[in-house]
Amino acid sequence: MIRCIRHTAAFSFLLLMALLVNAARVQILETEHYGNSPANRRTAIARYAQPRGALLVAGRPVTGSRDSGGRLRYERSYTDGPLYAPVTGYSSQIYGTSLLESAEDGVLSGADDRLAAFPWWDRLTGTHRAGGRVHTTIDPRMQRAAFEGLGDKKGAVAAIEPQTGRVLALVSTPSYDPGELSGNGRAAGAAWRRLNGAERRPMLNRALGETYPPGSTFKVVTAAAALESGAVTDIDAPTDSPDPYPLPGTATRLGNAAKGCADAPLKDAFRASCNTVFARLGAEVGLRGMAATARKFGFNDRRLRIPSLVAPSNFDTRMDPSQVALSAIGQYDTAATPLQMAMVSAVVANGGRLAPPYLVDKVTDARGVLVEDGPRPATRQVIGPVTAQQLQEMMVDVVAHGSGRRAALKGVTVGGKTGTAQHGVRNEGMPYAWFISWARAKDSYQPAVAVAVVVEDAAADRADISGGGSAAPIAQAVMAAALG
Amino acid sequence: MTALARAAAARPLDTPPPLPLLPRRRGVELALLAGAVLISVCGYVVVGLARWHALPAGALRYGAGLGGLALLAHLAVRFRAPYADPLLLPTAVLLNGLGLVLIFRLDLDTPADHAAPTQLVWSTVGFVLFIAVVVLLDDHRTLQRHAARCAALALLLMASPILFPAVNGAKIWIRLAGFSIQPGEFAKVLITVFFAAYLAANRGVLARTGRSMGRLQLPAGRVLGPVVAIWLVSVAVLVLERDLGTSLLFFGIFVVLLYVATGRTGWIAVGLLLAGIGAAAVGTLEPHVHVRVEDWQHPFAGIAAGQGPGQLAQSLFAFAAGGMFGTGLGQGHSYLIGFAMKSDFILATFGEELGLAGLTALFLLYALLVARGYRAALGLPDAFGSLLAVGLAALPALQVFVIAGGVMGLIPLTGMAMPFLAQGGSSVVTNWIIVALLLRISNRARMPGKEGEGETGKAGEADGGSAAGGAEAGGSTAGPPAVPAGEAAHGASGAGALAGRDGLFGSGSWVVGFLKPTGSPAARSRPPSAASAPSSPPAAPAAPAAPAAPADDASAPEAGR
Repeated sequence: MIRCIRHTAAFSFLLLMALLVNAARVQILETEHYGNSPANRRTAIARYAQPRGALLVAGRPVTGSRDSGGRLRYERSYTDGPLYAPVTGYSSQIYGTSLLESAEDGVLSGADDRLAAFPWWDRLTGTHRAGGRVHTTIDPRMQRAAFEGLGDKKGAVAAIEPQTGRVLALVSTPSYDPGELSGNGRAAGAAWRRLNGAERRPMLNRALGETYPPGSTFKVVTAAAALESGAVTDIDAPTDSPDPYPLPGTATRLGNAAKGCADAPLKDAFRASCNTVFARLGAEVGLRGMAATARKFGFNDRRLRIPSLVAPSNFDTRMDPSQVALSAIGQYDTAATPLQMAMVSAVVANGGRLAPPYLVDKVTDARGVLVEDGPRPATRQVIGPVTAQQLQEMMVDVVAHGSGRRAALKGVTVGGKTGTAQHGVRNEGMPYAWFISWARAKDSYQPAVAVAVVVEDAAADRADISGGGSAAPIAQAVMAAALG
Repeated sequence: MTALARAAAARPLDTPPPLPLLPRRRGVELALLAGAVLISVCGYVVVGLARWHALPAGALRYGAGLGGLALLAHLAVRFRAPYADPLLLPTAVLLNGLGLVLIFRLDLDTPADHAAPTQLVWSTVGFVLFIAVVVLLDDHRTLQRHAARCAALALLLMASPILFPAVNGAKIWIRLAGFSIQPGEFAKVLITVFFAAYLAANRGVLARTGRSMGRLQLPAGRVLGPVVAIWLVSVAVLVLERDLGTSLLFFGIFVVLLYVATGRTGWIAVGLLLAGIGAAAVGTLEPHVHVRVEDWQHPFAGIAAGQGPGQLAQSLFAFAAGGMFGTGLGQGHSYLIGFAMKSDFILATFGEELGLAGLTALFLLYALLVARGYRAALGLPDAFGSLLAVGLAALPALQVFVIAGGVMGLIPLTGMAMPFLAQGGSSVVTNWIIVALLLRISNRARMPGKEGEGETGKAGEADGGSAAGGAEAGGSTAGPPAVPAGEAAHGASGAGALAGRDGLFGSGSWVVGFLKPTGSPAARSRPPSAASAPSSPPAAPAAPAAPAAPADDASAPEAGR
């Protein structure tokens, strides 16, 4: 009997071993697998168990957290929701995150390993790190100036610091309050449906996520290509351009809104925004040269992140000469985000060097200890300094004597270019009013800001719409805020 | 002391170490009890700190209550069972205390349903019954006389819920005056008592060799009757009450005791065969059981089907979330399991909040309880006591395995309470009674000077190891299978030598025992038994004294006692 009792004991020991081995399997080996299961609510619960890290503008938080007391506990709140929505995006228990909330989610939620000195220790002990703080490059005064300048109009503003690429303002109107989407409740679902169904599409981030035909503002790129390729050597010398200009290989004749464009020198054609001159120059430079210059400015870049994803601006790479000519004046398939056009302006202002834009200045942990000193993308030379100098001269001329007068600022060197882009089937859509510009204090060699403004429905009266009339004053307000 | 020395010299290596020198160790028990109460109070405090960053209001009351009950239990043991195993009571107190902490903690996540106060009441009842058993039951052998009554009462208890409506698909509850009682829980102990008594009385007959298939020796067909009857009862319980766990437990205990009583691996084969047939039949016929098996095979099928994670999936998620060290008491999310999180799935909370480290400690606590039960069984002179101790120890062992394996995806899930831990009054009370009985038995086992007390019928085998004991036993033929002294001694020398080679975990003893169950000892012992008792054919049941000889030789290892 003793032997049998011992066998029973040994059998019980085996059962114990089976339990322990199985426990180790479930609790150690399968932890990742089970933990990452989308059906496991623990991930979501842990994520919202603590206040989310703040997004800061000029050192002051523009986001907060409110304790809902529910299972997914802390909900995101926004101090100036509509104003900063194109910067922050939303963070919702139901609908996830967007824009900066999405791109910096690891830091904000505390999941990022850089927030801890010994991440493995936190993993071992299951400690939840407090969310880090993300300092943005946004200048609140410029942001507000742009937001108030756009007012009720549908449009967007992007402003960057030419030398560094810091994004100073990013506005899209009409806007929405991302705080409405926070939380688990029925209200969040209702807001989501309302905002997504709204005719004016308030959740569309027009500054980063929408591309518009750039119209005449693209002539800056075309002029750069012409100067760089040697098609034009002297901006004051007459060009051999007919008016109207027959598009190559077609019977279509391209006319001008302005007068005196026949054989106009580049500078005059730029100021008067002569379509004929720039279409011809585009055709002369050719597809390859135009596409290469556009790409250097940032067109067709599908990987641009600031770190929010930026929609790629388009310049077609397969076209016949007539299409190239149209593309050179910012029509046909050419399309650009406001941020892209701000980059074009910034390249000119910065002597031909492009500093890729970025939105995150630095990342600190909850106590303010520096975690990451911003992503500083390397600058690159896009066009020669001489070309940039010539373009600056032409852009200053536009503001001084041309269509951009309403962007002028006292005591400040301002260069700009207006644009009115037609779109829609047979150009029946309301034209987009564009203005891109840069500003430099008189006593400085360094440009302070480069701005791009687009207004979708500037006025009910179609005839009134123009870059100089609708968009330039907004750019002026933003530049004044930058220099003021 | 000379008798002792002589006994020790004659004792083969297999036998347990000499007992009389064991001190009472009541002081150790008291210290361990204080530790157990302290750990439980700490758990309570930790939950409070984690949830409110403050001491929970009831911590002091809870500690005082648990400590007071533990002290009373200790006093009962000190005065009524002074030689009892000092580890049993503290282990049980710690398990019960941890269970209360877990239920208190889970109550925080279910504001509508507070189970902790009720559980506290039931624990108190458990303590009271523990004390009653320790005080009133003088000797476990008293129970042997009431075996038949126990069986009748057990059957009555098991049958009673059939009259009551089913709760959550299982007819295992009696609802009386606001209390719900699970009579099957009490029946477990009663039926174990009956099994132990029945087998202690009939082990000789049951051990008789029937046909042999290869190395496996099947029991004779005519003694299968009672076994099949038990099997039928457990299947009936299963089918009528849809309680897979309890029927599995009954059958498991019966097979274990059968093996211990007879030493026949053939019984294990028969048991496994019957269990297999029963499980297969029920698994295919009963949709309730079939679903459980499906769940076990594909715990995440519900997720793939878009219905969200099932209970077992949630349980696995909880365990996985615990990892190595757990989230800390009060900081897990095992409430996601939902229904039965305080009863069947309480282990998931433990696993999530205390991690693999805590879970291992918990399993070892149970192992300690079970091991002390087996140890008491080894030290007893009477077959009934040994069988009862083995049964009472195997009961929580099997129960822990079935439910822990179930909630962790090792085996199909069967509804059963984690001993002491889970919510459920009947279960807690029953477990306290089990611990009380084990304590009583261990008191007898560790009592000095009672070793050679050959008053029970089992004395022959019990002390067969020592020549003196064997001779003494030869004279006392009170019980059923008494053995001629010479034979017992012979069996002892033969089997003892064999058994001496395989210690508890040495040289693969249990594997050897399983594969070639009785071959060599039987072969060695058969010729002399045939020579000494040629007139009594092995099949004759009429003479209880003589025919038992080959059987007992066959199960010779215990002769090494």
